[in-house]
Amino acid sequence: MSLTELRPASHRQAPPPGPGKTKHWLYRFDTKTIPYIFISPFFILFAIFGVFPLIFNGVVALRNWRLDDPTLTGWAGFANFERLFTDEDFWNALGNTFGIFILSSVPQLLAALIIANLLNRKLRGTTYWRIGILLPYLTPVVASTLVFAIFFSRDNGLANWFLSLVGFGQETPLDWRAQKWSAWIAIATMVNWKWIGYNALLYLSAMQSIPKDVYEAAAVDGAGPWRQLWQITVPMIQPVVVFTVILSTIGGLQLFNEPMMFDENPQSAGGGSDHQFQTIAQLIYKVGWKDLDLGYAASMSWALFLIILVVAGINFALTRRIGGGR
Amino acid sequence: MTTYANRAPQDTRGTWMTYLGLSLVLLFSAFPVYWMFVISTSTDEAVAASPPALLPGSQFLVNVREVFTLNEVYFAASLINSVLVAGIITAATLFFCSLAGFAFAKLRFKGRNALMVVVILTLTVPNQLGIVALYIVMGKIGWNNTLLAVIAPGLVSAFGVFYMRQFIAHAVPDELVEAARIDGALTLRVYWNIVLPAIRPALAVLGLLTFVMAWNDFQWPLIQLNGTDFPTSMVALSDLASGNYVIYRRVLAGAFLATVPLIVLLLIGGRQIVRGIMEGAVKS
Repeated sequence: MSLTELRPASHRQAPPPGPGKTKHWLYRFDTKTIPYIFISPFFILFAIFGVFPLIFNGVVALRNWRLDDPTLTGWAGFANFERLFTDEDFWNALGNTFGIFILSSVPQLLAALIIANLLNRKLRGTTYWRIGILLPYLTPVVASTLVFAIFFSRDNGLANWFLSLVGFGQETPLDWRAQKWSAWIAIATMVNWKWIGYNALLYLSAMQSIPKDVYEAAAVDGAGPWRQLWQITVPMIQPVVVFTVILSTIGGLQLFNEPMMFDENPQSAGGGSDHQFQTIAQLIYKVGWKDLDLGYAASMSWALFLIILVVAGINFALTRRIGGGR
Repeated sequence: MTTYANRAPQDTRGTWMTYLGLSLVLLFSAFPVYWMFVISTSTDEAVAASPPALLPGSQFLVNVREVFTLNEVYFAASLINSVLVAGIITAATLFFCSLAGFAFAKLRFKGRNALMVVVILTLTVPNQLGIVALYIVMGKIGWNNTLLAVIAPGLVSAFGVFYMRQFIAHAVPDELVEAARIDGALTLRVYWNIVLPAIRPALAVLGLLTFVMAWNDFQWPLIQLNGTDFPTSMVALSDLASGNYVIYRRVLAGAFLATVPLIVLLLIGGRQIVRGIMEGAVKS
C-alpha cells in the first residue's frame, strides 16, 4: 500500500482557484475553524451522554427522586448516603461483589499469564490459537451465562456429573445457586472463562516486545522455562500487569450480566432467592428500576465509584510493589 | 562471562506439552459455545438425560421456530434491532473518531494538547456509574424507552479517538497532508482522499471491536427496552430465560442465534480483532 500513489488523485480534485477574497476567507475557515468542527462531535456527544450524567448523578444522589411519585422531590441532604450504612442489602451486595471479584480476578490473571507464556513460543498456526482463545471474549455474556446456568444446575448439571465422576459426588446433588460460596464459584468461573483469553493476548503482546538480549544476557545458568517466566518475563511486563489489574478491578466491581442471568428468574434482579449472589451493580438496577427510587440508586452508584477508586488505587500500589524488585 | 546462552521464549520451539496445554485451553474456550449449539438442537429428553447430551440432535429448526413464534418475546425483531443499533453505533464511532483522531494527529489548533489530555482522562471514567442520571437526561429529551436512547451514548468513544490518533500519526505522513494542502485541497478533502484510505486497517479493527461491544451490551438496553415490543437481542434473551418454567432447548436456541453473528465476525475478522487487542495493550 503506497501512500504516495494517492497524491496525483488529490491534485486532480483540487478546487479551481477562486477570486482572492473568497479564497482567503475559505483558507482562514479551513485552518482555524475546521479542526474544532472535526473534534466537536466527540466532545458534544461525550459531554451530554458521558460526563454530564456522571456529575449530575451526584446531584440526584442528594435529592428525593422517585419514578413512582414525581411529587416527592426536593433536597434530601445526605439521607440517601446515611441509608447506605444501615442497608443490609447494600453490605450483602458489597460482600458478594468482592467475593466474586477475588475468585475471578486472581485465577484469571494467573491463567492468562501462563497461557500467554505458552503462546510466546515458535508455534504452528500462531494466529489460529490466538483467534481461538478469543471466542469467549466475543460471545455475549447473556448467552454464555445461560449455558453455564445449565452447566451448574442442580439436577443433571454437567458440573455435578463431573464432580461425581472424579469422586466428589454427594448423596444429594449440589445446588450451586443455593450457597454463597458455590454461587460465587459458579459466577467467577463464567467471568474467568470470558476474560482469560483476552488478558493472555495483552500479556503476549507485552512479552513479545521484551528485547531478546534481555534473555540472552540473563546469567541464570540452566534456567528452565518456568524460572525464566517468573524471574525475567513477569518483571519485564509489569506495566501491563498493572494495567490488567486495574481493568479487571473496574470491570469486576461493576459485575452485572453474569449474576443477572445466573438467577432462575433473571428479570427479578434479586441475585438468588436470598440475594446470595446479588452484586452492587445489580442492586443499583433493582433499587432504581424495580423499587423506582432513583435518588437512592444514584447514591449507591457514587458509593461504588468511590469504592472502585480506592480498590483500584490499592491494587495499583500492590502490583507495582510485587514487580518492584527491578 | 556467560557460559550458558539463554534463548528468548519466542525463539524456543513449542514442545508437545505446549500444544497439549493450548489444546486444553481451546477446548475450555470453545466448549460452552459448542454445548449451547448442542442443547439448541436437542429434545427435552436429551437435555434432561444424565449425563446430558454431548452430541448435536436434529431439533434445531423446531426449536428455532418455537423461539421465533413466541408471543411477547419479539425475537426476530430483536435480531434486526441489534443489527440496527450495533450498525449505527459502529458507523458513527468510525466516522466521528477518525475525524477527531485526524484533527488531533495532523492539524494545528489552539488547545490541542489540553483537549487530548481530556480525551485520555475520560478513557478511565467508568460511564456505567452515571446510568441513573443518564436515564433522567434521556427522560428530559423524551427518548426514554426508545432505540435512540440505546444508540445515542454509543455514538462516540474516547478509546476510539485515542486509537485513531495514534494510528493516523504513524500511517499518514505529514508531507502528504502538506502537499495536498499546497495543491489547494481543503481539510475535509484531505480527510476523505488521503486519511481514510490510509487508515482502513485501523477502521476494521475499531469497527469490529465496537460492533461486538454494542451487540453484547445488556444493562443499559435492559433499562431502556425491557417490556417494549422492540428489544435488542440481549434483552429478548433475558425475557426468554425469565418466567416460571424455562425450556432450556428453546432458551439456548435463542442464545445460539444471538451468538452466531459474532462467531461469523470472528471467522472473518479474527486477525484484525487479535491485532486490535494486542496493539491497544502496547499503547496503554
